[in-house]
Amino acid sequence: MAIKKFVVGCFYDEQVLFPAVKQVRKAGYKIHDVYTPFPIHGLDAAMGLRDTSLHTAGFIYGITGTTVALSFITWVFTTDWPMNIGGKPFFALPAWIPITFELTVLFAAVGMVLTFCYLCQLAPFVKKDHFHLRATDDTFVMAIECTEKTNEAEAQQFLESVGAVEINTQYRETGWWMGRYDKETKFFSEKAEAIS
Amino acid sequence: MLFEGSKPRILSLMALLKYESQVRPPLVVGEKNYHDVTEDICTPVEANPSKLWWIGFLISVALLMFGVYSIYREVTYGVGQWNLNRTIGWGWDITNFVWWVGIGHAGTLISAILLLFRQGWRTGVNRAAEAMTIFAVMCAGQFPIWHMGRVWMAFFVLPYPNTRGPLWVNFNSPLLWDVFAISTYFTVSLLFWYSGLLPDLATLRDRAKVKWRKMFYGVTAFGWTGSTKHWQRHEALSLVLAGLSTPLVLSVHTIVSFDFATSVIPGWHTTIFPPYFVAGAIFSGFAMVQTLLLVTRKVLALEEYITIEHIEVMNKVIVLTGSIVGIAYLTELFMAWYSHVNYEWFAFKENRVNLFSPYGWAYWLMMGCNVISPQIFWFRKMRRNLLVTFFMSILVNIGMWFERFVIIVTSLYRDYLPSSWSTYYSPTIWEVGFYLGTFGLFFTCYFLFAKFFPVIAVAEIKHILKKNGESYKEKMDVVEKESVEEFAHHHAH
Repeated sequence: MAIKKFVVGCFYDEQVLFPAVKQVRKAGYKIHDVYTPFPIHGLDAAMGLRDTSLHTAGFIYGITGTTVALSFITWVFTTDWPMNIGGKPFFALPAWIPITFELTVLFAAVGMVLTFCYLCQLAPFVKKDHFHLRATDDTFVMAIECTEKTNEAEAQQFLESVGAVEINTQYRETGWWMGRYDKETKFFSEKAEAIS
Repeated sequence: MLFEGSKPRILSLMALLKYESQVRPPLVVGEKNYHDVTEDICTPVEANPSKLWWIGFLISVALLMFGVYSIYREVTYGVGQWNLNRTIGWGWDITNFVWWVGIGHAGTLISAILLLFRQGWRTGVNRAAEAMTIFAVMCAGQFPIWHMGRVWMAFFVLPYPNTRGPLWVNFNSPLLWDVFAISTYFTVSLLFWYSGLLPDLATLRDRAKVKWRKMFYGVTAFGWTGSTKHWQRHEALSLVLAGLSTPLVLSVHTIVSFDFATSVIPGWHTTIFPPYFVAGAIFSGFAMVQTLLLVTRKVLALEEYITIEHIEVMNKVIVLTGSIVGIAYLTELFMAWYSHVNYEWFAFKENRVNLFSPYGWAYWLMMGCNVISPQIFWFRKMRRNLLVTFFMSILVNIGMWFERFVIIVTSLYRDYLPSSWSTYYSPTIWEVGFYLGTFGLFFTCYFLFAKFFPVIAVAEIKHILKKNGESYKEKMDVVEKESVEEFAHHHAH
């Protein structure tokens, strides 16, 4: 990714944050992101983010699990090694429902969590730049991306007028890299530079 | 538009959206803001372990070591180290297995089912309860595995292409369903718990002052930033995982009950088993949650988050599920008589209800602990008495252990053929040691969890703070006193 310039403003109250988000967007600024210590319902809509499709992904994973379980057990018990258990039918669907159900749930859950981690770039040893350390405590941090057109001073003033505090300008990496939070060094810094 | 231009009134629209009547007691006591919540919950994690913690932890580790030695005996010399006999092939081990799995169920109920029901009080207790689930399932899993005897062949229970045919596992067998159910349950619970932990671990990471904490919470928080998009996905994930866990938790104990219900043994072969086992599981699980949380809230000074209201609500669940279990016992008894099946009726009348039969004492101990004693919680005073609650929580778990013992042993020791009736079964020291060892495992894990992880979901508490916090509730007073017309007039948009 790239290092970009941001105008950053903090809010201490979500009731101030909500109208601010609307006004900042109306004024034509590009909100890079708002970092909050807990989920705020409606903020995604206020920021104009589209709804997540994670549910759909989960459904597809679940259906995959159902199919895998049913087709595998069917193949084992009707084709590969049919077992005569007290003369009961080889295709014993009712007896397979528990395992089919469990695999449906397992596939859906594991698939969704992995997808979630992939989409949000979450993994052990993943490191990212943070705008404000208290964004995970009690502060709502709004980062406005500076494009060529953005007047930095004006943006700062505008943020102040909508109720932001601790306003400043920061240069931050928007992507992630492999690293540890107790050290500044990146795991693969030379390699990455060589590629770029 | 909803939020445009309006100067914050005494009560802004945001707070109105979260409005909850004052009739409901607050879930967070005291004047708190978001930062206070972080401080209160994270400070015990960041402090050095106390002497009390070390004592508890070392006792747990000692128990665990005793368990490891008991297992060593069993693996080295075989299952003969246990007092299992014919016809009691399942004794303490499977009793303990079912007991531990049951305990796990309350965690999932709190985290998943109550999330779907939008019960705000779950936020105070869900993190610890989910952790309890994971540790309990870990303990439960030990029993069937080591019961196999030749444990190095435990992987035979998995369907994998082998050189013996390939000879597959029996997909029609409830014992195999158990393998799938328990492993799925463990995996899903772990994912649910950990995905909920991520934001809180990030909070700890950003507060960390010491190098190892930055490193540890940095790695475990997976680089969480709190981005709005990530929260949106996180909410979707939690909701779907809750939706998946709800039928899952019901299926797990249903399948455990199938281990018994599908076999033609008097006392086991009944259709009431699945609901009866699930109710029992939740019953014992809530008792264990009470045991753990009553100690945790005291030791970590979290009484403002795990309030007396939380305790009372859980006691209500205990009296409800305890009564369901009681009804199930009576129904079972009635059906045994009504069915006119001699064996069935004998199993109940002679093996269980008859106080002077070899195991009659166990049946009545179960009845006393599970059915009669929880009725004390019909009284509000008792529900809100911590000492009574703690005592009852232990009593219920003793009762639920005996329920499984009664089901397994009293059905097995005398079945159809009097010539194959077995002698009195009592465990050896290594069977008991194994059980104590799982207590060691459970509490070792719990002590580590309570020391290094936030025992209360910080982000979730902040989420409900303005709705259920005591200081915010007072501000709702204005709304409570308004007439309907006034209310509509003020807040119409």
